[in-house]
Amino acid sequence: MARRARAFLAFLYDFVVGDDWLVAAGVLAGLAVTYALSRASVAAWWLLPLLLVILLPVSLWRAARGSSQRGG
Amino acid sequence: MGAGAGALFLAVFLACVVEAVEATTIVLAAGTSRDWRSATTGLAAALGVLAVVVGILGPAVSALPLTGLRLVVGALLLVFGLQWLRKAILRASGLKALHDEEKIYAAQLAAAAAGPRRRAGLVPDWFGFTLAFKGVLLEGLEVVFIVLTFGTNQHDVGLAAVAAGCAVLVVATAGVAVRAPLARVPENTMKFIVGIMLTAFGTFWGGEGAGARWPGADAALLVLIPGIALFAVLLVAVLRRAVTSRGGGAGGAGGACGGGGGPDGGAVPAAAREAA
Repeated sequence: MARRARAFLAFLYDFVVGDDWLVAAGVLAGLAVTYALSRASVAAWWLLPLLLVILLPVSLWRAARGSSQRGG
Repeated sequence: MGAGAGALFLAVFLACVVEAVEATTIVLAAGTSRDWRSATTGLAAALGVLAVVVGILGPAVSALPLTGLRLVVGALLLVFGLQWLRKAILRASGLKALHDEEKIYAAQLAAAAAGPRRRAGLVPDWFGFTLAFKGVLLEGLEVVFIVLTFGTNQHDVGLAAVAAGCAVLVVATAGVAVRAPLARVPENTMKFIVGIMLTAFGTFWGGEGAGARWPGADAALLVLIPGIALFAVLLVAVLRRAVTSRGGGAGGAGGACGGGGGPDGGAVPAAAREAA
């Protein structure tokens, strides 16, 4: 039973978080800051597009770096 | 059809084509290597379960408060979209091997052929039945998730369902016609486009769910989609230059990232997941 629960949690982590945990963590942080800004009546629509512009290249850079390290 | 409805139709259609291609590959592998009757019974059983899931989840999702739904769905779509886009950019730039449906099909066939043959009730081959059932059920659940969330968020579940129906019909017809892996479907290009669409819708709904107000309301999607596409193409160009100057790319399957993750994880067994 415990093994099945662990397997399900591993599947869920793989399904939701995937290859790069930084992407999921970045999205959660971005949404939290957007919520905080909008609660303070500050325009917040620009934050998620800005986050994309930073997060995607960083994640790609991490993948490319991992690839070159594996390639020797 | 308005621009927002057009974007909704296109996003749901393309995402569902990708899922349907993966499900068709699994059913074809089960039918060809094991037994067609067992594979089609598995397919029918999975469709039956999906119909029950839609019957239960459909009204439940529609009853949820829209702001909360947009926040959760937006967050998930944004994470999934970025994962798809990341993989698509790595593939397009040569840092990760291309998704090869023929290779996956070959791995599926090998895995299916090695399974034990056992009769269970009306099903001549339980392994073939289970393979088709799990494949269609898991890919089908992703289609149901896409239709319900996209449709509910854009207040048009009907249009989302029509788009998904068209996608499944087109892929199933092609699969029955060729009875071979749908290698000619430009799956890598489609995954690139779907990644862009999921990321754009995820950004839009996630932002709205978190309280942001987009300039131009729904029309903001018409800026987000081409903007993200342009940025992704730019990143491919930059990475390609880096790969060329380094003098190499992904040699075999796997490339720069590990296994599953995101909506394209699905029911593909380990051997095939390596190729995916």
